[in-house]
Amino acid sequence: MPHLATYVGLLHHSERSLAEALRTVGEGHAAEADVYHVCDTLAKMSEEHVRRLEPIVRRYGEQRHGDDVEEPERLYADGPGEIRKGPVGLLRDLQDLYVLATLVQTTWTAVGQAAQGVRDRELLELAQASETETGRQLSWLTTRLKAAAPQALIVAP
Amino acid sequence: MDRIADIWGPRTPHARGTVWPARVDRHLQEGVAEEDVERWVRSACVLCSNGCGCEIAVRDGRMVGVRGVATDVVNHGRLGPKGLYGSWDWANSPDRLTRPLVRENGRLVETDWDTAMARIAEVSRRLLDEKGPLSHGFYTTGQLFLEEYYTLAVIGKAGLGTPHMDGNTRLCTATSAAAFKESFGTDGQPGSYTDIEHCDAIFLFGHNMPETQTVLWARVLDRTRADDPPKVVCVDPRRTKVAEEAERTGGVHLAPRVGTNMALMNGLTRELFANGRVDTAWVERHTLGVDDLRATVEPYTPEETARICGVDAEDVRRAARIFGESERVLSTVLQGFYQSHQATAAAVAVHNLHLLRGMIGRPGAGVLQMNGQPTAQNTRECGADGDLPGFRNWSNPAHVRELAELWNVDEMTIPHWAPPTHAMQIFRYAEQGSIGLLWISATNPAVSMPESARVRRILGGEQCFVVVQDLFLTETARLADVVLPAAGWGEKSGCFTNVNRTVHLSEKAVEPPGEARSDLDIFLMYADAMDFRDRDGAPLIKWRTPEEAFDAWRECSRGRPCDYSGLSYDKLRGPTGIPWPCTDEHPEGVDRLYGDGVFNTDPELCETYGHDLLTGGTVTPTEYRAKGPAGRAFLKGAPYVPPHEEASEEYPLLFTTGRTVYHFHTRTKTGRSRNLNDAAPDVWVELSVPDARRLGIAEGDRVRVESPRGAMEARARVGQVMEGAVFAPFHYGHWDLDEVVPEDFSRQANELTMTIWDPVSKQPYFKTAACRVVRVADGDGPAPAPTTTASRPVDPSVPPTRGGPGASTVAEVVDGFVPSYPNDPALPSGDTGHIAEVSAPGRS
Ligand code: SF4
Repeated sequence: MPHLATYVGLLHHSERSLAEALRTVGEGHAAEADVYHVCDTLAKMSEEHVRRLEPIVRRYGEQRHGDDVEEPERLYADGPGEIRKGPVGLLRDLQDLYVLATLVQTTWTAVGQAAQGVRDRELLELAQASETETGRQLSWLTTRLKAAAPQALIVAP
Repeated sequence: MDRIADIWGPRTPHARGTVWPARVDRHLQEGVAEEDVERWVRSACVLCSNGCGCEIAVRDGRMVGVRGVATDVVNHGRLGPKGLYGSWDWANSPDRLTRPLVRENGRLVETDWDTAMARIAEVSRRLLDEKGPLSHGFYTTGQLFLEEYYTLAVIGKAGLGTPHMDGNTRLCTATSAAAFKESFGTDGQPGSYTDIEHCDAIFLFGHNMPETQTVLWARVLDRTRADDPPKVVCVDPRRTKVAEEAERTGGVHLAPRVGTNMALMNGLTRELFANGRVDTAWVERHTLGVDDLRATVEPYTPEETARICGVDAEDVRRAARIFGESERVLSTVLQGFYQSHQATAAAVAVHNLHLLRGMIGRPGAGVLQMNGQPTAQNTRECGADGDLPGFRNWSNPAHVRELAELWNVDEMTIPHWAPPTHAMQIFRYAEQGSIGLLWISATNPAVSMPESARVRRILGGEQCFVVVQDLFLTETARLADVVLPAAGWGEKSGCFTNVNRTVHLSEKAVEPPGEARSDLDIFLMYADAMDFRDRDGAPLIKWRTPEEAFDAWRECSRGRPCDYSGLSYDKLRGPTGIPWPCTDEHPEGVDRLYGDGVFNTDPELCETYGHDLLTGGTVTPTEYRAKGPAGRAFLKGAPYVPPHEEASEEYPLLFTTGRTVYHFHTRTKTGRSRNLNDAAPDVWVELSVPDARRLGIAEGDRVRVESPRGAMEARARVGQVMEGAVFAPFHYGHWDLDEVVPEDFSRQANELTMTIWDPVSKQPYFKTAACRVVRVADGDGPAPAPTTTASRPVDPSVPPTRGGPGASTVAEVVDGFVPSYPNDPALPSGDTGHIAEVSAPGRS
């Protein structure tokens, strides 16, 4: 199952990117107190996923036999390198986070499906729990984006 | 009788299930005898959320005293110290605002109404042209009347079309509303004060009732001092009077570490599951989400709870056992939960306990999510805060359409694309200048908001035009561009609704001073100046008098949970206030909600589709419908997560703030009552004995408290707070000082608090900040803190707090008179207008 291993790796990488991106955006927009604090809460969720994934990544890594399963770089998604400024900047940063979080979520969906197929209970449980939490991350991102959009797009200087 | 010394007055103990006896309290100005009073005018006290029925004494066109109304269901004639001493004498204060002020060359100068209003209208019109309605923000209060809130709501939502409206109720009661919506589908207090007469246990969660609602506490004492007292359980980091009563009645005092309420609630909830204390059949029929809740609380064993909260594991078990074994539990919740970490989740957890035991909607089995402000309930109902009028759901198009039809405006005018903007965000927009006009009515954010230095910068800056309408030149008004003199309580008519939904009419007793006008007249004047029109070109606001405004509101509330359609001014002139819903079907109102176990969670009825309690992410309409709530209540849980700021090496103590008995809001009124002011004339800081010893601080020493955001200085009271915590009352600004205090000498507790709010209710946290305390100088006597309350000193030599001359009052127990209240559950069922106390099917 070389491709499942690749996808587990992808998850590991993109959850880590999401956690980092959440922290960067939260700290970059710390003047928005709720963004700062909720991003911290959400980042902790992703960090926890990364932590719980680690033994599984090791397990699948060992099964990869090293030969032809190079993880293609272009699968990876990176977080926002630099924070944008102001209300419109916040809006765009939230959008970037959203895109990254949907990648994480659909990857969990895909991995969860495969985990069923290979009857990997540990991975399946983690996939289900994590997918639910990514859903919470997405729901907050949408909520905050909806609240921020009118002021940013109509009135902000 | 000196009611400064004797806060709750004489006891009238009575047995469970009997009517609370009447006792009429009265206070008149020194030198005025009862026979000198020319008129008694009906009202209710507006100095806390209890809303005690009272009458205002008038002589020579001035208010000179007050007395309780024996026939009123809320207080049975009693009044507390704030009501007795603080209701009316501020009105005669020489520093009332009597003329409008406008800022000229940096200074506020007197002007006439036309000039002041023209200036506001000009800015308003220019901003509307340039940027549209999102350039306007309104920050109101929990102290206006229903008619005024409703008028303001229509102006804001249908005239201007701005979502930026909120009340200072956001700082005190938003969590109560949010918790109701999450659990039961809409706002609305399920319980009643009459539950006190029937319960066999009372749980007070973060609620210092003896100081915040003194008459309600007198009601509790009259049960706990009778022969069959309910057990009291107290959750509070200070050893309050509630904690003492818990000890006396064989209950428990749990003092969780600041910021850990949620862990404690999870521990209590887990105990109910673990010991089979769940009414499974009822839960099955009337709730959703029990499995998730069980899983969420599973890790919180008594030992784990004890570890997180710093309480005794055995005490957690005992408290849970009291809840689990009692037949009728009344729970009350206030700022210790609302202004603390994970506020909404913790308040919802109280609902969970009641739902798991099927203890809601019947006598004695109730929940009272309290309000801090007296008319907070109306801000919420009328939509002058971040809600739509009549508990309508902004994300339900049918609800928005109803309002559009009622007001005869285009639906698109009414902002409903996202939740209405909450206060903390309004101030952020004002800081950034995207809100260019901020209109503040009857509140004092420069003192009441967290991180006060920041708020002062926002209000004083050039980026936003600030209008303030108030009774006095408050700390906030001093920073305004236009100041409008308003009429206060007793100087205007209108209704307001207390915590347990009881509506009172407060009638005008005297004329306001100088050119001051009622808040209703001020809002109408603005509507005229702006010429707001409906779809047919007629004036948008179709009323002129308070009574007409009330009638308009009745129509808006019709068919909604807060139905006022059966009420009128005439009816409210009767012997007692009346709790909503009041309709043709229930002409005397309804004492408690959800007696039938059917909740307002139907998708077409509910006020919100709910939120994730940890993040505040909203549930979509589709997701909500998929749950098929069908009138069932939601059991919602959340894990405990550590507070945003924890004690560290640099800031080793936890700072917590609160209200105390002799003060209300930012002391605008109570600070002008000589008796109340003398009882606690200055701010103080409370420390525990071990912390004080470690820091070398003695009673009365001057100390400086610092957090990462700011500092305050005050004299130290070595008192009853738990080790590791520091308490300061949050009322003290600087209006009553001779000079404005320099910033590094502030006496405002909110210099230290964080800009942070609950993700669901958006209520700022005033009780989670780390701090350090340093001794600045020797004291020259004890701290200026009262000895009669939770702030009493350890040192027995501190002289007791007493009232001065003019503090004498009368309290007459009305012997042999058993009042008959239409909603009192002690009446045999089937009596006049009495709502049937039906047990839900399947309930044991
Ligand atoms: S308990 Fe509240 S409403 Fe009643 S008299 Fe005291 S301050 Fe007024």
